[in-house]
Amino acid sequence: MNQERPVSGSLRKAPESFLSRDGIRQVVTEARSGRRDFIRNAFAAAATGAAFHGAMAESNPVPTEGGDPNILNLPEHSKGLGQGVAPDGSYGKPSKYESDVQRRQSPGLTQTTQASVSFAPLQSLFGIVTPSGLHFERHHQGWWDIDPSKHRLMINGMVKSAKVFTLDEIMRLPAVSRFHFIECGANTAVEWGNVAVPTAQYTHGMISCSEFTGVPLITLLELAGADLKNGKFVLAEGADGSSMTRTIPMGLIKSGEVFVAYGQNGEMLRPEQGYPLRLIVPGVQGVSWVKYLRRIEVGDMPYATKDEAIHYIDLQPDGLERQYTSIQECKSVVTTPSGGQVLLDKGFYNITGLAWSGRGKVKKVDVSVDGGRNWRTARLETPVLSKALTRFNLDWVWDGKPTIIQSRAMDETGFVQPTYKQLRAVRGTRSIYHNNAIQSWLVQENGEVKNVQVA
Amino acid sequence: MFRLRNAFFVTALLACWGAAHAQPDAKYPGVGRAATAKEVAAWDIDVRPDFKGLPAGSGTVAKGQDIWEAKCAQCHGIFGESGEVFSPLVGGVTPDDIKKGRVANLMNAAYPGRTTFMKVPTLSTIWDYINRAMPWTAPKSLTTDEVYAVVAFLLNLNGIVADDFTLSDKNIREVQGRMPNRNGMTTQHALWPGSEFGGASKPDTRNVACMKDCAPEVKLASVLPEFARNAHGNLAEQNRAVGAQRGADTTRPEAKAGAPLPVAVAAPTKAEASAGAKAALALLQKNGCAACHGVNNRIVGPAFADVAKKHAGRADYLAGKIKSGGSGVWGSVPMPPQTLSDAEAQTIAAWLASGAGK
Repeated sequence: MNQERPVSGSLRKAPESFLSRDGIRQVVTEARSGRRDFIRNAFAAAATGAAFHGAMAESNPVPTEGGDPNILNLPEHSKGLGQGVAPDGSYGKPSKYESDVQRRQSPGLTQTTQASVSFAPLQSLFGIVTPSGLHFERHHQGWWDIDPSKHRLMINGMVKSAKVFTLDEIMRLPAVSRFHFIECGANTAVEWGNVAVPTAQYTHGMISCSEFTGVPLITLLELAGADLKNGKFVLAEGADGSSMTRTIPMGLIKSGEVFVAYGQNGEMLRPEQGYPLRLIVPGVQGVSWVKYLRRIEVGDMPYATKDEAIHYIDLQPDGLERQYTSIQECKSVVTTPSGGQVLLDKGFYNITGLAWSGRGKVKKVDVSVDGGRNWRTARLETPVLSKALTRFNLDWVWDGKPTIIQSRAMDETGFVQPTYKQLRAVRGTRSIYHNNAIQSWLVQENGEVKNVQVA
Repeated sequence: MFRLRNAFFVTALLACWGAAHAQPDAKYPGVGRAATAKEVAAWDIDVRPDFKGLPAGSGTVAKGQDIWEAKCAQCHGIFGESGEVFSPLVGGVTPDDIKKGRVANLMNAAYPGRTTFMKVPTLSTIWDYINRAMPWTAPKSLTTDEVYAVVAFLLNLNGIVADDFTLSDKNIREVQGRMPNRNGMTTQHALWPGSEFGGASKPDTRNVACMKDCAPEVKLASVLPEFARNAHGNLAEQNRAVGAQRGADTTRPEAKAGAPLPVAVAAPTKAEASAGAKAALALLQKNGCAACHGVNNRIVGPAFADVAKKHAGRADYLAGKIKSGGSGVWGSVPMPPQTLSDAEAQTIAAWLASGAGK
């Protein structure tokens, strides 16, 4: 963060500043209480403001001195010798001009960094693959960088012979490589009752998508002679301090979809993602993708682990907690333009975003630029893969007037992403997990985009 | 040769058997080996709701209280009520809940919090998690009897067992039958990827892909209040500096349409961390200090910056306090004595005494 930010428009760097902890509490409290007057006023201001001032639209000015100095005066990089290969003999890094594209914690969300979350910067990503260094993080008791030569995977329980595998052995087995999204069950959790955070990074950034490489779990279970008929459930357990455990249905494993992964986007898993071994459970919330995977137990009943009986349970309006909620239902979000961004001018824009479903492929994404009154079907970019992120794009000409942008995904089962109204009608606002409602972004006349919810 | 013939034989046998019972070693000779009984015992620590996997042992409420105050209270509070670091464990349950197995406060949307014992239906879950993951900075360090004792103490704090209770492998099933929210769970939903629980087969929301004239009137129901504009830091620095849009500069009020350009301000340059600070910060991380103290923010204990302000220049005093622990100076939650070397304590103390800077 020490280098100069490029100034291609009129925006300038300003110092970071954070609210105090008390300030954040107050914000959250007041946000919860509704602030209806403010909302009404904000909407009125957005609707009645003067014409767009165009202050930020100067990045490609009409030449006055015969041409753009960036063209007329050849830059240093066109007239000199560039740098040699492998500058540090090491791992390549993004351009220094990309330093604002970072994972971030949401202030006030957790009190420790070890049982915490960092959110992926969705507003700055392209395509469907999340760069491994920007993959969202969720740890329950801190992350470790484990020596792979000392890591072991054990298979036990209802098996003919309990087995131990080294990583060398696992990497000898027939491998699969597949693109899948991983989404935390609590993604968008803070928005159940009302708007609470400003950007797509904080509303939806607990999702990432990678190409994972590894061995189908069924292969390892077969090697141990697992009882695939009576062993209806499998417990997956991590090797870290929390030794995270989750119950996985054998049916999903028998389908061949579940695998133990060591590879991610062409290299080994990142330590924050469970190096050297994690479980991949496509379509199911991230907590089941156990990191630092050390043990698989085959059993005949579910395990009611801490993250199945205390957390990752969804409170319903009648006071019952839904237990063993796992599938991430069809969902989408426009990533640009999105909350906290400023459009530089009126005119043409490419609305772009991400859609996904834990039940298969995304079939269709519709986008509204009038708050959900009318919808147009977006282009889906290839590849469109099962239980992976799908990128969508839509042409849009902004006339400079305030408007609300939304996206609505449909998956191959025909399920359509719900509105907040529909979701709350069934599940209330206290569910915490599995918020897949349609997201709304208000584009104001001054170009600034705000996170909003519509009635 | 024998191996080869054997493999053929096994493959043939497997084909006859069908897929119900997989045969070991058939397809991938040389990969994996049988686990020893000792290895399985070392790792197979899970305890199921039917208490399969529970080791024999026992512990009293009184002993649990001692362990609690020494090893658990600094994060969870003396009575398990603290929400400063983690969600509260204790509170919100009534004798009537224990009788019925449904926590009434969960039905009350206005009730402010959800404690662990308001939610958890199974006592096995509590036993299993304390055994595998607690204490926070030293997981798996409690003995079996200590786990029983801590669980007994938590049950007592929630009014589920009496003060003189001894929890053991003999009576734990019976106690599980008194859990306040034991009837508070449902699997009637479509979010489990299988039919094992007999849940709903159809999702609970049913939107349709309407394309024209769908919402009669669009009203804003919720936006972020203006005073929260900069609560997540300057959004100008959280967006790429090139492209169709920039991040909004949230350090200043929102630009009114037609307003003059914001004036640029120089950003303060961030100094490189000094060697002393680096060493101290690494030790704070390694020794779990950061679990209770933030550099600039209070967590359970005071911010390091506040300690530095109060005890500037008193490195020896601070090194002593780190080693001996203490209570009452910064609040009611005690700091236990820390087990690190004198040299490490001195490194941290020196950093604190010199201002706890970067």
